Amino acid sequence: MSIVNKAVLRNLSVGAALALSAPMAMAVDISGAGSTFFYPIASKWADTYKKETNVGLNYQSIGSGGGIKQIKAGTVTFGASDKPLKLEELNAAGLIQFPAVMGGVVPVVNLKGVTPGQLTLDGNALTGIFLGQITSWNDKVIKSLNPNVNLPATKIAVVHRSDGSGTTFLFTDYLAKVNSEWREAVGSNSAVEWPVGIGAKGNEGVAGVVKQTDGAIGYVEFAYAKQNQMSYTKMINKSGSVVAPDADTFQAAAANADWSKAPGFFLILTDQAGATSWPIVGAPFVIVYKQPKDPVALLEALKFFDWTYRKGGKQADELDYVPMPAAVIELIETSWKNNIKDASGQPIWK
Amino acid sequence: MNQVASVASYSSTNVSSSALRRHTLWDAVLRNATRTAAITVLLLLSGVIITLIDGSWLAFKTFGFGFLTTEKWNPVTEKFGALAPIYGTVVTSIIAMVIGIPISIGIAIFITELCPRALKRPISTAIELLAGIPSIIYGIWGLFVLAPFLQLHVQPLIISTFEGVPFLGSLFAGPPYGIGVFTAGIILSIMVLPYITSVTRDVFETVPPTLKESAYALGCTTWEVVNKIVLPFTRTGVIGGIMLGLGRALGETMAVTFVIGNAHRISGSLLAPGTTISATIANEFTEAESALYSSSLVALGLLLFVITFIVLACARLMLYRLQQKAGR
Repeated sequence: MSIVNKAVLRNLSVGAALALSAPMAMAVDISGAGSTFFYPIASKWADTYKKETNVGLNYQSIGSGGGIKQIKAGTVTFGASDKPLKLEELNAAGLIQFPAVMGGVVPVVNLKGVTPGQLTLDGNALTGIFLGQITSWNDKVIKSLNPNVNLPATKIAVVHRSDGSGTTFLFTDYLAKVNSEWREAVGSNSAVEWPVGIGAKGNEGVAGVVKQTDGAIGYVEFAYAKQNQMSYTKMINKSGSVVAPDADTFQAAAANADWSKAPGFFLILTDQAGATSWPIVGAPFVIVYKQPKDPVALLEALKFFDWTYRKGGKQADELDYVPMPAAVIELIETSWKNNIKDASGQPIWK
Repeated sequence: MNQVASVASYSSTNVSSSALRRHTLWDAVLRNATRTAAITVLLLLSGVIITLIDGSWLAFKTFGFGFLTTEKWNPVTEKFGALAPIYGTVVTSIIAMVIGIPISIGIAIFITELCPRALKRPISTAIELLAGIPSIIYGIWGLFVLAPFLQLHVQPLIISTFEGVPFLGSLFAGPPYGIGVFTAGIILSIMVLPYITSVTRDVFETVPPTLKESAYALGCTTWEVVNKIVLPFTRTGVIGGIMLGLGRALGETMAVTFVIGNAHRISGSLLAPGTTISATIANEFTEAESALYSSSLVALGLLLFVITFIVLACARLMLYRLQQKAGR
């Protein structure tokens, strides 16, 4: 505490000294930590934001678990996690969370003669494959979904992430939502006990093994599949329609989600209703204190996120992330106004 | 004591007493400085042990001895057991040693006994360069080059050769994924090569030429000289080199993580995916949120420490036995 006070004092005095020579006091960098999925877009945004406002972002990409630990320890202004915290957990620690940006997870396959988007799967076929019940590509379940594709009798090689990952969380969460057997036998988390398959490290590891193994199926972030021209599959969503992964179907999933009924934004964007919703979509969630020790720093952070919502869309598109829909942004900023207060009880975000 | 006295009396005739005092002072400084360095090692080691025990306490309290004998590793229900990683660590290291030791000793024998002078330096340099390659490079090379090669050319051959043979058939069964315990063992064997080779080469060079020359003079073949003279003379050093390699194989993380398949299962087949202790820690530590999950990973670290200690102790015991036998 005393160290923080000293730092603030020092910054103030430096600011006062500079005020004599420069018109503006030097801004302090925003500090954050967590999700690796958020890192590429966060650093790109931070770059542009620094040029525009002279406020930098110091983001440590240490994983969602680490981000949650650091915000609870109060060493950073915001944490970022691919897995939202439950409302009780947020309330117990005096935190709130909100989604920053979105991305989709897509199944990728390596089958001779099958091109990107040619194969269609649904939740049950995917679960059957990852449970080890469907073992060859000409299984009747897959055949009935793809009457026009010439499916070989190749054995299916299942590939999953070996490192704890938000991507795995979203994928297993989807399987658990659509299939009770998966829910009971495996469940969902950033790492699970896989019934079958090979674990590969990172998106690049999964992509590498899938590319090398005939008959392989894995799952990666959409950006990764697209940039590596991998053979992704279409999916049949909750409404029963066939959807291809792209920015529109990801955004549809967020737009169709009922955010107003999700206290503390605890909403995992998998298996959402809507004819055009991609079924496996997720968002890194930003976690901040409701009553921050340093309201000035938090305000800087909120200003940054406000800027990303309004001006960051184009850069998100370039990196194959998907910006939040306008309606959701409104809800997020309302929740800032209602929840984040300084010591005197005044809202920080006006 | 007598010696010191005699040195002192000898010195007093040649060197002034102030110089003598200076020398004693420097000796004391050196003694204390080196002693401090040595104690630092002990402090660091005990610090590591205490931290590991403290961190893993929760896991051992929750699972008890069952932690060592359970194969299950389920982050969702928080049931953790270390058997699969322990198995993977031991098996990959054994494969690495089975392949690595004969090749390393072969290289060392060739360099010291048979190699033309012009070739000696290039081969030695190449071996030392192998040691300088970072393990992540071995991992990427293993995943993108070695694994596909094994998958397409080597593993189908092994599987069809041993099919139907009792024991060996099940040891090399299953679809050729390219990555798995076997591939991890091969990568490790390449990684331990430079360690074992350079140590054995160095100790082979300490064999007195007269011994070897006498053997040759008696009509020994090169093999007999190596087998009867060089190896018995350098036994301790060779075992030391092997232990150095084994230590690296047990703890290697990154390269193994890339090619072992990271499945928390014990499989009868060496071609199936598995996992090791260090690979599990590297994979899962960043996203381990709950206290029990983190603690179980730290407990794995403690187990690796214990395994390494047991291996070192066995090596000491083996050396002791050998010395006893040689003494008789």
